[in-house]
Amino acid sequence: MAAAIFSLFIFLVALLIGTSSASSSGLQILQAERQIELTSHIVRVYLTLKIENTEDAPATEVLLAFPPTQFDHLALVKAAVTVGKKRKKSYAPLEAKPTEQRDAPNGTKYYSVSLLKPLAKGETTTLEILYILTQSLEPFPKEIAQSDPQLVYYRDSAIVLSPYHIAHQATVVKTPSNNVESFTQVDPAQRSGSELRYGPYEGHGPYSYSPIIVHFENNHPFAVVEELEREIEISHWGSVQVTERYKLAHTGAKHKGAFSRVEYQSRPGGSGVSSFKHLLAVLPPRVHSVYYRDEIGNISTSRLRTNSKKSELLIEPRYPLFGGWKATFLIGYGVPLKDFLFESAPGARYLNYTFGCPIADTVVDKLTIKVVLPEGSKDPSVEVPFTVKQSLEKKYSYLDVIGRTVVVLEKRNVVPEHHVPFQVHYKFNPLFMLAEPLMLASTFFLLFAASVAYLHIDLSIRKK
Amino acid sequence: MAAQETSQSAIFRHAFGNVLSFTVLLLIGVMAFSIRLFSVIKYESVIHEFDPYFNYRVTQFLTKSGVYDFWNWFDDRTWYPLGRVIGGTVYPGLTLTAGTLWRILNSINIPLSVETVCVFTAPVFSAFASWATYLLTKEIKGAGAGLTAAALLAMVPSYISRSVAGSYDNEAVAIFALIFTFYLYIKTLNTGSLFYATLNAIAYFYMVCSWGGYTFIINLIPMHVLLCIVTGRYSPRLYIAYAPLVVLGTLLAALVPVVGFNAVMTSEHFASFLVFIIIHVVALVYYIKGILTPQMFKVAVTLVVSVGMVLCFAVLAVLIALVASSPTKGWSGRSLSLLDPTYASKYIPIIASVSEHQPPTWPSYFMDINVLAFLVPAGIIACFLPLSDASSFAVLYIVTSVYFSGVMVRLMLVLAPAACIMSGIALSEAFDVFTRSIKFHLVGTTQNPQENAGDATKVTQNDVKSEKSEDTVKERSSRKSKKKDKENIEKPSLVSRVEKRLLVLPLETSVMAVFLVVLLGAFYVVHCVWAAAEAYSAPSIVLTSRSHDGLHVFDDFREAYAWLSHNTEVDDKVASWWDYGYQTTAMANRTVIVDNNTWNNTHIATVGTALSSPEKAAWDIFNSLDVKYVLVVFGGLVGYPSDDINKFLWMVRIGGGVFPHIKEPDYLRDGQYRIDSQATPTMLNCLMYKLSYYRFVETDGRGYDKVRNTEIGKKHFKLNHFEEVFTTHHWMVRIYKLKSPRNRIRGKTKRSKSQKSGTSKRSTRKKNPWQ
Repeated sequence: MAAAIFSLFIFLVALLIGTSSASSSGLQILQAERQIELTSHIVRVYLTLKIENTEDAPATEVLLAFPPTQFDHLALVKAAVTVGKKRKKSYAPLEAKPTEQRDAPNGTKYYSVSLLKPLAKGETTTLEILYILTQSLEPFPKEIAQSDPQLVYYRDSAIVLSPYHIAHQATVVKTPSNNVESFTQVDPAQRSGSELRYGPYEGHGPYSYSPIIVHFENNHPFAVVEELEREIEISHWGSVQVTERYKLAHTGAKHKGAFSRVEYQSRPGGSGVSSFKHLLAVLPPRVHSVYYRDEIGNISTSRLRTNSKKSELLIEPRYPLFGGWKATFLIGYGVPLKDFLFESAPGARYLNYTFGCPIADTVVDKLTIKVVLPEGSKDPSVEVPFTVKQSLEKKYSYLDVIGRTVVVLEKRNVVPEHHVPFQVHYKFNPLFMLAEPLMLASTFFLLFAASVAYLHIDLSIRKK
Repeated sequence: MAAQETSQSAIFRHAFGNVLSFTVLLLIGVMAFSIRLFSVIKYESVIHEFDPYFNYRVTQFLTKSGVYDFWNWFDDRTWYPLGRVIGGTVYPGLTLTAGTLWRILNSINIPLSVETVCVFTAPVFSAFASWATYLLTKEIKGAGAGLTAAALLAMVPSYISRSVAGSYDNEAVAIFALIFTFYLYIKTLNTGSLFYATLNAIAYFYMVCSWGGYTFIINLIPMHVLLCIVTGRYSPRLYIAYAPLVVLGTLLAALVPVVGFNAVMTSEHFASFLVFIIIHVVALVYYIKGILTPQMFKVAVTLVVSVGMVLCFAVLAVLIALVASSPTKGWSGRSLSLLDPTYASKYIPIIASVSEHQPPTWPSYFMDINVLAFLVPAGIIACFLPLSDASSFAVLYIVTSVYFSGVMVRLMLVLAPAACIMSGIALSEAFDVFTRSIKFHLVGTTQNPQENAGDATKVTQNDVKSEKSEDTVKERSSRKSKKKDKENIEKPSLVSRVEKRLLVLPLETSVMAVFLVVLLGAFYVVHCVWAAAEAYSAPSIVLTSRSHDGLHVFDDFREAYAWLSHNTEVDDKVASWWDYGYQTTAMANRTVIVDNNTWNNTHIATVGTALSSPEKAAWDIFNSLDVKYVLVVFGGLVGYPSDDINKFLWMVRIGGGVFPHIKEPDYLRDGQYRIDSQATPTMLNCLMYKLSYYRFVETDGRGYDKVRNTEIGKKHFKLNHFEEVFTTHHWMVRIYKLKSPRNRIRGKTKRSKSQKSGTSKRSTRKKNPWQ
């Protein structure tokens, strides 16, 4: 008994020491407001932190803590600081990057946000943070029949996980509809319509955690592109050709049992509510020669609408996608070169194109972008606003001799927020454009010359 | 001076003629290629129909794994659980051709996909085929006829039907190989060159590689040789044309795995060996005749004939014994149905069930060869003026192919080149006569008759000369026998002189006739373009219909195949009627039980039996075959007529042919096939009916079948052993999954076991012939 008490005491002491060491940076969160949006299959969390420095040493960075399970599903962390007063309020983006901490309890992972200017003692600042989680909604039941709605679990903590002391905090969870099966009660917590409100909670120490589960209906199409390969081929003859290969999956609750076409067709609202049958791809304006096919031929169910701002391609896979079903397809199109290729210096050019997946509201597990530079281009370099895996390849296309340089960019876990421009710089001598026409011309010339020669050569030994 | 001028103008004419015919040939090639692109333009660049999908799949394997793996390829994706040795059972010509083409293109960095190469193989080879037709007809009746025949062949609907872009089938390259083999045979016959004889054997080898129809060659050429011998046209050239072909050709043919020893063991090839013996005897006789005096020769003949008769009988007896010892008398079923058109429908329902094995109707002749049907007789007559070795071959070719096309609609394809050659000859001769008459009259008005007569002769002489010199230019390397040269000069000039005197028609008549012939040609062209665009370009995996609100696309087949390929396990077995086997393996990449290569009748009969059995019995059969999904094609919702219900009687027949408990009369009410309320209970309870019409009544409330134009007989029913897992948008393909057997409650089974253990066993055996 005494031993048990003693060990508990030791444990508490250790905990105290641990927490004090973690919060040794001396920052304190005065107010934390969190809004968790669960309306689609992408979880967006908006976090507003009002931070005060309580120590003498000025603070240059703020740590954001994530439980390890969440960290793996983290697609994007964005931070901004509010500048100016009420009227002229604006946001200045801050850099957020993952960091390691030596004594992180229970494998907690961190992002560190660098402040614009160091925070002196007693000063406060307000950070606006957005982070996006993918594949964090677990369908339960795991398998549903055609007429069932799709219910999912969302797991998180009622209290914001943080290495700092939080004075006041509140969390709002937004669900897509009023159908919430259950949610963990952490007083005070209440539900009104499609909103769950946790808090306000006062004075929680560092690394406080209070697990919650929200079980609710979410019939949003869980469209996940498991693999997307975009090949952007630059031709200096006036066109950029883009080919996108998709491996699409519905990652929601698995479809169970029969699929009845008659039910699906006769009751569009009541049957297969979590399935989806079309997707919208937003393509650049002035797009031409669009095609949509898969490995067994053209798919005839697509519609293209173009205007001066953008082109919208509405595509329907061959069959509606229910939970667990998959489909593969390919979209290709050409866009005018002058919209995307610019000359930065004499002989040097750069391509300015959009990163990410053109299909709206999807998650891409693995995105590979291949930029095929024209034959004979040199010194490729890439500018992307976030970290990607880069490598170079060679590709031989129509009548190539030395091959084209291919810049390969790879990124996992891509969400629509990654839809930002990136640049590929390279050097190119326009004379190379003439290589292939000249080659063809000379081939034909040789052919004709050979046939002329053949007609004039007499190889017979004896003259007739 | 004048002579020099004429010779110069002759050279000029000759050069101009060469360039002109080269250009015309090039344009014919372009036309042959482009007329076949309607399918790509109207639909898409996709492989068509059923067999091409198999060829495409084989080509994919070939390009991926290389040629050695291809020879050893054992395909476990089809004919489950038997599998199929693909390398040893396909004619590899087409796939090797396309595979080589693809490899060459990729090696010079033209990265076309295998599919693209496959789609465009047929149009490319039809251009080759029209050029080969030019060569063949030129050997028979000169360059004019050659060009006309090539142009006709480039757009003959019968050939288009098998060689539109995407129709990636054996016939696409085989017709080229067929014509080219014939060309080389005639070329050898005309020149007596061993070089061409060797090429001929190689061309024959290519034909053997490409198509089972090679037996047509190996029977037609011996027939022609025999004809030549019988009509006293034996010459050393004939010997050179024939003997190397048989020896080399047979050896080469035996190299093709699918033919192998069949090249010497089946009856289809025996005619060639018989003629081979005969030609040697004849050659020997001619040789002996050359060395002996006439008296001695007579003595020798009587001696040899008596001995020879004995020997011949002996050989014949051996042959007959050999043939009689094999069960089908050494003939394959398809060949037998060629000789006896009623054979298939009597004995082999599986051959009879294929629509392309039916005899054609008269309209299909008009559809497929159009005006050529009327021009052919004229061409045959032209071939007899004068009859040469080559033209007698052409006559023989047309006569035999007309017979074969009358037996099987598929062989219309063999008739088409013959018809084109004959019509080419006819048209060219007709133009020759008419234009000469016109020229005669036009020249006659300006000059006095005597001079123009001389002029006309000169012109014809010139023509002959230019033709001849053209020949010599083309065949510089080959040594022509002097005799042949002489013939060439003498015969045509004599003929032309005779013709000139006989065939000068009045000017008005000639002009009218030319006009009419051009009109005929124009009609042919219009028909061909229409046939290419409307009749033969549909890929049959995607259907379209035009209604008042625009074009409607039915892409259900690919919808179903794509669903299968993405949403079922890789090893799942899919059962369907054999028509869809090739497509399922190629597009869905799933194992099938039977496919379009109908090599195992019992296996197909098993599937037929399952589909015509009641649900439980069918479930047992399918389960014993490890089947997970059953696919049926149903056209009743949108009115697609070639669905499984319409094919169902064949399933019953083929199934009943092996498993006698399936009886066709059980499915017919008073000899009529119907699915409405008058249908027999066996019909309304069979699996095919149930899978096709499951919950169909819920679409319109009364279950009206648009194909059969009737309300279905049994509307509301449940499936106990099958579960609908996918139905395409227009209900054209329905996929069902076999329900896993229900867990047995222990007490229940025990009781039922004790009650009727003996009877249940027997009854299952009766129901399920597979166990």
